[in-house]
Formats: sequence, structure tokens, C-alpha cells
Amino acid sequence: MLRIKNLESGYGRLKVLKKVTMHIGAGEIVTIIGANGAGKTSLLKTISGLISARSGEILFDMKDVGRLPPEKIVFLGCSLVPEGRQVFGPMTVKENILLGAYPQYRRKRGDQVRDDLERVYGLFPRLRERERQLAGTLSGGEQQMLAIARALMARPKLIMMDEPSMGLAPLIIKDIFAIVTRLREEGNTVLLVEQNAKAALGIADRGYVLETGKIIMQGTAEDLLSNREVQRAYLGRDLDAEETM
Amino acid sequence: MYWEPDKECMDREELEQLQLERLQSTLNRVYAHVPFYRKKFDALGISPEEVDSLSDLSRLPFTTKEDVRGNYPYGLFAVPLREVVRIHASSGSTETSSVVGYTRNDIKMWSKLVARVLVAGGVTKDDVVQVSFRYGLFTGGFGLHYGAERLGASVIPASSGNTARQVQIMKDFKTTALVSTPSYAMLVADTIREMGIPVSALSLKYGLFGGEPWSEKMRREIQDALGIVATDNYGLSEVIGPGVSGECLERNGLHINEDHFLVEIIDPKTLQPVPPGQAGELVITTLTKEAFPMVRYRTRDLTSLHTGACPCGRTGRRMSRLAGRTDEMLIIRGTKVSPANIESLLFEIEGKEPNYRIVIDRKGAMDEVTVLVEANGEPPFGEERRHVGATVETIRKRLTHELGVTVDVKLVGKKSLEPVDGKTKRVVDLRKL
Repeated sequence: MLRIKNLESGYGRLKVLKKVTMHIGAGEIVTIIGANGAGKTSLLKTISGLISARSGEILFDMKDVGRLPPEKIVFLGCSLVPEGRQVFGPMTVKENILLGAYPQYRRKRGDQVRDDLERVYGLFPRLRERERQLAGTLSGGEQQMLAIARALMARPKLIMMDEPSMGLAPLIIKDIFAIVTRLREEGNTVLLVEQNAKAALGIADRGYVLETGKIIMQGTAEDLLSNREVQRAYLGRDLDAEETM
Repeated sequence: MYWEPDKECMDREELEQLQLERLQSTLNRVYAHVPFYRKKFDALGISPEEVDSLSDLSRLPFTTKEDVRGNYPYGLFAVPLREVVRIHASSGSTETSSVVGYTRNDIKMWSKLVARVLVAGGVTKDDVVQVSFRYGLFTGGFGLHYGAERLGASVIPASSGNTARQVQIMKDFKTTALVSTPSYAMLVADTIREMGIPVSALSLKYGLFGGEPWSEKMRREIQDALGIVATDNYGLSEVIGPGVSGECLERNGLHINEDHFLVEIIDPKTLQPVPPGQAGELVITTLTKEAFPMVRYRTRDLTSLHTGACPCGRTGRRMSRLAGRTDEMLIIRGTKVSPANIESLLFEIEGKEPNYRIVIDRKGAMDEVTVLVEANGEPPFGEERRHVGATVETIRKRLTHELGVTVDVKLVGKKSLEPVDGKTKRVVDLRKL
């Protein structure tokens, strides 16, 4: 579905991503784990077209999207749920969700929007309950659901999520990850960027470890979970302490 | 039958994407964690970030057996020792062996690759697999054992030696697949004959052999004598052990596990890649190993690569059965023995340049090595003669100990080792391989 080769990008003179090569197959949940500043968000922004690639290629559904503007990429079926939700606080929940439907209007599929709205309300009953409420008054977890719902309205083939668990209580994180799993069961493909490596690897099929803009490890989620370097650096296990216990 | 159909029958383009991802992350890791590679890359002015494609691999430095030895024992490990759960070593004396390590993930991956090779060779979970490879530092025994267990077969860890007992086990335990070196399979066949056991009394169906080169003639003999389908498989400790490649039942070349190993064939003299299909030295880069990654390891094994489709459906390229070695390394009963090593040992014992000849023969199925050492003076008498006997015994013990294979030593008269065709002939191989 997505195939990236030698992707490089950055801000000004700063090169953030260095020769990133990765792929996501249809129906997979793939996670990118890495520390703060490793380049995870930059990677998603580059794929979405929010920052431009300096070199390398991004093939989405075998089409080169490396030089396309963000709206074209969304139109092709690749949506981003941005870091920090980015919902529009002064607008209602329903208005926020409908904003995500604009590619459907462009596709002349405006007639499907009502069904799509029903579908996301089905996924997130809480949003239906609060459809008239202003988005700014929602809790963090609800705002995250709203951001996901908004992205789903574009009927993406690939949905990319940037730190969906950030700032949420453990119970809410569980809900959010359950939704990600559910999305895959419904045939979606998910690229998940997370600092919460344990939770992300718990639901992912495969993962890549990004360190200072480079991929230093890749493999099945199971293999990464049992890799001691990953355990020490990203899963918060203090192996030295465990061994002396 | 496949073990991992999605990997073994992968589309080429998809495979190359995966190989590039894995190559880049392997290079990033070795550069960060193994000073040996960092120095080598820096000396050539190459950074892992410059590797954009699989063909860029040819710009990277080779790694040789000497490099591995030079970093004895743990210098090439890419993880701290506490992450290593298994250590093996290649054949040879202690200082000349390659020490290799495996993390928990490495063992898992290795078992999986060996399971693929076993399945390709006809083995299923319903088989009774007798592993008659030596268990120990050598990767053969444990490698095949874990792979067969992963597959779910019933594994008999018979190890090697005590062949009469092995045959008894084979008969009584109803072994269906034999895993060993081909020469050991020959010995098993001879023993069965000597014990007067008809092949029909055995349950053997498949034989998976590796660890040394063997000919098609030998394959026919083994297949006829044991009533089995015999396949060849390949691997080496420095890369992983068994599991690099193996024949399917078509027996038309060894399918390489290309999602885990990048292979190249080079001209051993110019070190340049040879045209596709042409024979040369096999060079291997590991793509998924954690503890002991290898970049462009020169195997010294001669083979060629074939891309044509195989009727079995596996898409991995095939390597031809080994056509020999680029160095003078002799493979004796699965153990690599270097004539240069024998020479330096003789020099050490005798204190001067020895005149010697190594004669290898196959008695029945076993390789026998005799080192003929030329005496320095007149044939001695009396007391002296006993002294000579002691010297021969010293040489025999020392060589056997250091080389890891039993060696016979004979003292021959002065000038009896004449040059052949004007060339000093150090090695005479009488085996008809």
C-alpha cells in the first residue's frame, strides 16, 4: 500500500529523516517507535505532504505522491490524525466531523456522507451523544476520538496516527488502541506513531525503530517486543535491576 | 509444502524492498555498535547513509575469516554479551576458530530458517528426525535440532559417532529422516550393510545432508543404499550455521533464504561481481541477525546463482551445489582444515621448515588424513628410533588436537617426497568426491 525508499526531509538546514526505507502492506498495523525528536512526526508529515521530501520516493498505491500537496494525498486515500488532535474548539463535534468529509464532496460522493457519519457514530457512540457540544469542551480522550472520526470521513485507505495516546489516562489509551484494532478489522490499514511503544507493539503486526532520523531496527511486533535493546530504550524496562533481583 | 509461504514465494519487487529496509537498518546498527565495521567504513569514506540500493552493497568492504579471528572472541558482536543466549564456534583450534553469538530473537529466526530447509527437503511435523550432526560448539547439531523441533517433528539428538548404536536407534525408533554430513550417511549405509539389516527394516524416507561438499555420484549412492531422497543444504557458522539455503525435492539447486541473507558472487581474484549465472565466490550479508551481523562475508565457497523459476514455487534464487573452495581449505568429515595451519604446526614442533605431504583418502565412508613428514637425516637406530617414535606421537597428538580431526602421522625417508611435475605437492586428495 505504502512503499518508501531513501526518504529524506527536514526543516531549513536541519535534516531530520535520513534515508528512511519502509513499507506497509494492505490491512497491516505498522508502528514507528522512537524517542522524542527521532523524527517520527516528521515522517508522517512528509508522507502527508505537510513538509516536502528532499529526496527519496513515496509510493502510495503504486503512485508517486512525493511531490503532491497534502490535499491531493488525502484525496488519494491517505489521512493523518495529527499529534495533539487539532480539533476546532469553537465548532461543534458534528461540524468537526463533517469537515473531514470534504474529499467525499470532491469525489462527488456527497450522498455517502450521511452513511459515513452514521458509521463513525457507530464507532464512537460518545461523539453522537455530544454532537452539538463544542469540540473545545471535550475531554482529551473524546477529542482524540473526534480527530480519528474526522479522518475516517475521508474514507482513507491508509490512516496515519501521530501519538494518539499522548496525554491520555491509561484507561482511555486502552479504548483508543481498541479502536485502532477495530479499524484494521474493518479493512483499514494503519500507520501508528507512538512513544508508548509497549501499547503500540501490543496491537501492531510490524514495527520500525527510528533513532535520530534513521531506522535502526525493524521486524515483527513480537520480535521487537522481545528485543532487549527495544525493551531497555523504549519499553522502560530496567534490565540491570531485574537481573540483580 | 512450505514453512513460510508468504516469505518463500515472495514477489521479487516486494523482496527487494524488504532487503533494502533490512540492509539499511543492519548497516546503521553495525556502524553504531561494532567498532570494527565503523573503522572499516570510515577508512573507505563510506557512511551507511550512502547505501541507497542493493547494488550499493558492492561499495562496502568485505569481511574475511581473518577479520573474524582477529576479533576473537567477541569483537564483532553487535550487542552486549548479556543479550546473547547462545555461543557457537566454528571448527579449528581455539585461537583460529570463529566465535559467533545469538540473541533470543536470533535463535528464533535461525530455527525458522532451518525449518524452511527441512520442509523443502520433505520433512513434516509427523517425521522422526535423527540429528546425527555433532552437538557442541559446531552449529550443525543444535541448528538442525532447533529447526526440527520448531517444525514439530520428533527429534532424536543422536549426535555423531557410535554408528552401530545409531543404526539400532534408527531401526527401533523408526527414524524417517536422517540429518548429518553426507560422509556420515555413507558410514551409516556401510554399517547397516555390515550389521546385515535390510533397508526394508528401516523407516527412512528423507536425508538432509550438509557441512561438506558432495557429488551427485555420492548422492546416488546414499539414496540407493538407504532408500531415501537425499537433499543438500548449506550454511556456515560465521553467517548463522545451517539454514542459509537448501534444496527442495526437485534437487536443482539450493533455495537461498533471501529475505534474511543478501548474496553476491564475486571473482575471488578481482573481487568484482561476476555476470549472473557464472561461478565465483559466494559473499553473504546478513539482514536480520542481531548479535552477530555480517557484512559481505567472503565464504571462500565456490558456487553460482540461478534465477529461473523452480517447479516447487519458491521464488528465492538458487545457488548451485558447492563446486569447491577458493582457498586450499580441506573439508575433512565436515571440519575445515587448512594445509597452512598444518605447516605452521609442523614448523612449531620441528623448529624448522618441514617437508611434508598431506594425503587424504576415504576408507569406506570416512575421510582419513595422513601427514607424511620427511625425516631430516639417516634412518635412526636403537635408542634414537624410540625417540623418533615419540616425535611422531607428539606430532600426531598435537595435530589431532589443534585441527579437531584425527590425523595419522608417518615419518618417511629423506628425499622421498619428491616434487610432482616440478611442483611441491603438499596435498594429495585421493577421495573421489
